[in-house]
Amino acid sequence: MATLEIKDLHASVVTDEGTKEILAGVNLTIRSGETHAIMGPNGSGKSTLSYAIAGHPRYRVTSGEVLLDGENVLEMGVDERARAGLFLAMQYPVEVPGVSMSNFLRSAATAVRGEAPKLRHWVKEVKDEMGKLDIAGEFADRSVNEGFSGGEKKRHEILQLSLLKPKFAILDETDSGLDVDALHVVSKGVNEFRENNDAGIMLITHYSRILKHVEPDYVHVFAEGRIVESGGKELADDLEENGYMKFTGQAEPAKA
Amino acid sequence: MTATGVEEDHSGAGSASGTDDNVATAVEAAVPAASRGERFTGFDVEAFEVPGGREENWRFTPMKRLRGLHDGSAVADGKAVVDVDGPEEITVETVDRADGRLGQAGVPSDRVAAQAFSSFTHATVVTAPGDTKLGKPATVRVTGPGEGRTAYGHVQIRVEPFGEAAVVLDHVGSGTVADNVEFVVGDGAKLTVVSVQDWADDAVHVSEQHLALGRDATLKHTVVTLGGDLVRVSPTARFGDSGGDVEMLGLYFADAGQHQEHRLFVDHARPHCKSNVLYKGALQGDGAHTVWIGDVLIRAAAEATDTFELNRNLVLTEGGRADSVPNLEIETGEIEGAGHASATGRFDDEQLFYLQSRGIAEDQARRLVVRAFFHEILMKIDVPEVRERLEASIEAELEAVNA
Repeated sequence: MATLEIKDLHASVVTDEGTKEILAGVNLTIRSGETHAIMGPNGSGKSTLSYAIAGHPRYRVTSGEVLLDGENVLEMGVDERARAGLFLAMQYPVEVPGVSMSNFLRSAATAVRGEAPKLRHWVKEVKDEMGKLDIAGEFADRSVNEGFSGGEKKRHEILQLSLLKPKFAILDETDSGLDVDALHVVSKGVNEFRENNDAGIMLITHYSRILKHVEPDYVHVFAEGRIVESGGKELADDLEENGYMKFTGQAEPAKA
Repeated sequence: MTATGVEEDHSGAGSASGTDDNVATAVEAAVPAASRGERFTGFDVEAFEVPGGREENWRFTPMKRLRGLHDGSAVADGKAVVDVDGPEEITVETVDRADGRLGQAGVPSDRVAAQAFSSFTHATVVTAPGDTKLGKPATVRVTGPGEGRTAYGHVQIRVEPFGEAAVVLDHVGSGTVADNVEFVVGDGAKLTVVSVQDWADDAVHVSEQHLALGRDATLKHTVVTLGGDLVRVSPTARFGDSGGDVEMLGLYFADAGQHQEHRLFVDHARPHCKSNVLYKGALQGDGAHTVWIGDVLIRAAAEATDTFELNRNLVLTEGGRADSVPNLEIETGEIEGAGHASATGRFDDEQLFYLQSRGIAEDQARRLVVRAFFHEILMKIDVPEVRERLEASIEAELEAVNA
């Protein structure tokens, strides 16, 4: 049983023009086995929340804490956070030309697991997981994310999720840009990860459609840099019906 | 006409510096004033004007750091020692300037090369016999004259018809060196060359390498530049007859303050010849500067030519600058294929963040990217001892940036 506690988190984005506060006091506790959906309109800061927790250099935490089983992850380097059990599936996965997917996956698994996986088991493990996500074998030899379609990138994020088996996974708009078939495949991958691992999930999304496939235990509405409303999955239905208006004053729909 | 210009990341000519937001490129016109084939050549230094630094041939070179090699003020006051170690079948001769073979592979095409040709006192000629495949590579080690000293040198490597040989040309030590290196590859012969510029930090080396291929000759010419303060290597390949096949590979790694310049010219004047150019460079640290010029000329007579050239640069840290100018001139439509590509990318914060977010430590992430980047070239170096040494050198370079 693990716990991820976000306490009064304030963070700013660092740009050429200066710094601008995006997160204005986020409080959230996620326990193993729980799935929390974070829903919010564009510009509400929900992606910033994911980057701040993962340690992206563009964001500066100005106050607050993020505790993983009592340890402040904000004091850790980006790679240390991952090795401690955090995983961020990114909205825009980065291309790394020249580094093959297979080399990357093995390096990551070695780092996170603390030892190199036995080659024979590893090859089978990767092949099985790729098969489940409908990823063709040739992708193993391709450069990380280079020239991948949006859907292919998202599948590879979930592939990494299934191989690295974090304690807590943050899925940042994993559903955006996916067609119906790809959404099914990706959702299936997330559900399988949930079933096989006692992990906590923070599912960040703009639309409610992924929540029909990946059922959340809790839904939080995110606006102007913090959680403004929390509830059960019925809150997502409410958002789908009525949009974010009553939370933000903006008539932005939560329906695709 | 089957010429294709493959453009990756940005248009064919340009430069990128690590201080820009992303893969910043200042695209500049790569149209030379005159055909590359019309550049003046000559053995006598006095026939060349003293370059001022604005000439096409010199515009990227920091002239002040040439220590007078270009204007006649660098007086030879030292000696670059040449040691040859190789299989017993090879012949090693030290000859004087009158030897009729010298200059056979090509004529100096810039003033420093002409200065070297006008100034050397003795040349080393290494000959691999014909109709014989050498069992192991020969090593030609050139040791600089020492810090503060200047030397002019001349080396010629010959492979007689239908012979097969591998030569490692190893440059080590300190000082200022200008030289010409000739490779005379006889009809049907095969030569593999790895020229390693592993100079000490103070060294300045300006070298023209003349590659002359006979009928059906094969030459794999690899240039590896790691050390030195300023290194400028200009390999020129010429085909004496049809059927020649030249592969020109390069790997360079510039640290803070280093200037590494590679100027290639492939002169296709005969039909049915092939050339393939692949140069890759990495830069790290303030003031690291690399220049790659790839001139390919397909003359009217060079029907059925097949040529491709590619340069890739990886800017690892801020403060580095990579210039890359491919230039393809085609005077006949009757060719098999011709293309070029150039790309300069930056190992950026986003890549680093992504790899680290998967648990990979920063220094390992950097190594992963650089190793992958150079892998393609290293695998083509078929002299295992040299390959292993280079792998170790690259690791050492990477350790340096993390220190």
